[in-house]
Amino acid sequence: MIFPTQPIIKRNNNEAWEDLNTDPYIQIEEVTKVYNDITPLKNISISIYKGELFSILGKSGCGKTTLLRILAGFEKPTSGRILIDGIDVTNWPPYKRPVNMVFQSYALFPHMTVAENIIFGLKQEGLGKTAINDRVKEALSLLQLSGYEDRKPDQLSGGQKQRVALARSLVKRPKLLLLDEPMAALDKKLREQTQFELVNIQEKIGVTFILVTHDQEEAMTMSTRIAIMHDGKIRQVGVPHDIYEFPNSRYVAEFVGSVNLFEGVVVEQDLDHVLIETPAMDCLCYAAHTGVIPKGSNITFAIRPEKLMISSIRPTYPRNWTQGIIKEIAYLGDISIYYVQLESGKIVMATLPNLLRISERDFQWEDEVFLFWRSENSLVLTS
Amino acid sequence: MKIKILQSGILFGVKKQRLDPQVIQKYNDNEGKFLTAFFPILWMVLFFLIPMIIILKISFAEMQFAMPPFTKFFNSVGSYLIEIKINFKNYVNFLENHYYIMAFKNSIILSFITTIICLLLGYPMAYGIHNAGRKTKSLLLLLVSLPFWTSFLIRVYGWMNLLSINGIVNTTLMKWGVINAPIQFIGNYYMVCLGLVFCYLPFMIFPVYSILEKVDQSYIESAFDLGCSRTKAFWSITFRLTYSGIFSGSILVFATTIGEFIIPELLGGSRVITFGRVLWTEFFTNLDWPMACAFSVIMMFFIILPIFFLQKKAKI
Repeated sequence: MIFPTQPIIKRNNNEAWEDLNTDPYIQIEEVTKVYNDITPLKNISISIYKGELFSILGKSGCGKTTLLRILAGFEKPTSGRILIDGIDVTNWPPYKRPVNMVFQSYALFPHMTVAENIIFGLKQEGLGKTAINDRVKEALSLLQLSGYEDRKPDQLSGGQKQRVALARSLVKRPKLLLLDEPMAALDKKLREQTQFELVNIQEKIGVTFILVTHDQEEAMTMSTRIAIMHDGKIRQVGVPHDIYEFPNSRYVAEFVGSVNLFEGVVVEQDLDHVLIETPAMDCLCYAAHTGVIPKGSNITFAIRPEKLMISSIRPTYPRNWTQGIIKEIAYLGDISIYYVQLESGKIVMATLPNLLRISERDFQWEDEVFLFWRSENSLVLTS
Repeated sequence: MKIKILQSGILFGVKKQRLDPQVIQKYNDNEGKFLTAFFPILWMVLFFLIPMIIILKISFAEMQFAMPPFTKFFNSVGSYLIEIKINFKNYVNFLENHYYIMAFKNSIILSFITTIICLLLGYPMAYGIHNAGRKTKSLLLLLVSLPFWTSFLIRVYGWMNLLSINGIVNTTLMKWGVINAPIQFIGNYYMVCLGLVFCYLPFMIFPVYSILEKVDQSYIESAFDLGCSRTKAFWSITFRLTYSGIFSGSILVFATTIGEFIIPELLGGSRVITFGRVLWTEFFTNLDWPMACAFSVIMMFFIILPIFFLQKKAKI
């Protein structure tokens, strides 16, 4: 396996989207798709740069698969354009596009061997025998499939099938590789390992990947950037840590990871912060925020459970803390989730790593505790 | 393997009383398996295997004018001796008689051509139905099965009515002045083939259609994706993956048409000699049961032969 022997290469080309001089490689321009009575895609525009591993993350039914199928050419957008390397391919049929797709079911041809499956796409290009053999050999060694050439798909494990599907697409040397829920058919352990393998392969060959998934962990680990899709619209595009640390809306904050949300009113506004009053807590909340929010406006502020600290000692500073009683502790092995009921009745989640064994931990059920957090860790969400 | 299921089923039935409820539950499941296998097996044995054995037995007998009209297979000679009489005369007769061989050849060629035509017509039809919209699909399927709702005989009579000397086609053509004298449509192999294709086409369409429905759409999309045009994807993926449907459809058409009697009789006239007709003559005109049985066995053999031959190819 690739992963255990060598660490993941630090991405060095991942700031292409910040460089104004770089042209996007894949441009999705105002793509809308309308079926009879539903609109799975509403005016979607995304620019993806060369060598990216771009994830489209969303719940099932959010339109992500439709977008992928439009990119592959199986469906045509009702309006909008798709540009690949500057060429408008919107009306190109799938077999002419420099795009290949790895299907969720892998769709390996059951009547062909592994080698025949891989060769299939190359044959369509009319390449010479030696060229085909070279490419196939290359793909087999890249995906560690040597020795499996003569197996039929039903003699392969899930992970092997996935690698064959990847090989079959990659031998075509596409400009863009689409992956539809590539890990969905694998079990959890294999999934984690495969995620790293896939990233390594992608970095080795430098092909642009677009990956569609509903698994946020998968999107977080693998992607250069993530687009959060909801109800046919893109809600946010950003690098994984930006999506997590700076969600632009309540939906994104709730969708990616878990979060405690508080409704509040802005009582003071300054250049670098806001003060928020919330009925859920006694004290005011001081949140770092640079945008302009008029005094008195209703906002939501969010704190991630791992950003909340738990203490049995009352903090001495006037803001950003509250108190409550531990109502429930969920033990997950590596961490525990504490459900703390505030005096207002609201239940707040806080996670702590299990540094001690379960019998020795600091907090137990019905303990009275104080929760506090750093001002830069509370997120102000206006939408 | 079937026998194994049978045995284990009986064993579990005996053991049942001595086991605790949980285990019984487990064995009950097995018993269910046994029961589901048992009745089809029983049916096949009673109504297929035993009659086949009887036919085989009669085919080795000699014809005689008595009741039953053939000699016995087992004869008791003295009190402790049973004599088995196997008479190959019927088979030798078949091989030596030019008329029988010709009838046999005619039937095989006729069935083969019918199967090919049914495939050429039926596959595109099945493919069309498969690709039709959901509502159209069920309507088309209904239309394909609609002829089955009327009697087979009536459908063949319908063709006779259309194409006979005084039939609709001839009278219309004469009325329009296209022809002066009526054309003799009926009474040749083309006509029989037409009738066979007409009556047995659904046997091709349904199996092919059901296999087409099973082909995962993502295989075809994946073929497009890998650079195949629609036609190429059809031939390299869809068509290849429906071999089993083509196979079972062809077997159904071939096996049922090879012994067909009514259509050659009604649409073939006296010049068309097929196996089914020879069989009929032997049974009912000549009352030569052993000969007719020997023919049946030979025919059976020739139907089973292509099944064995094709089965390997139909596997994915």
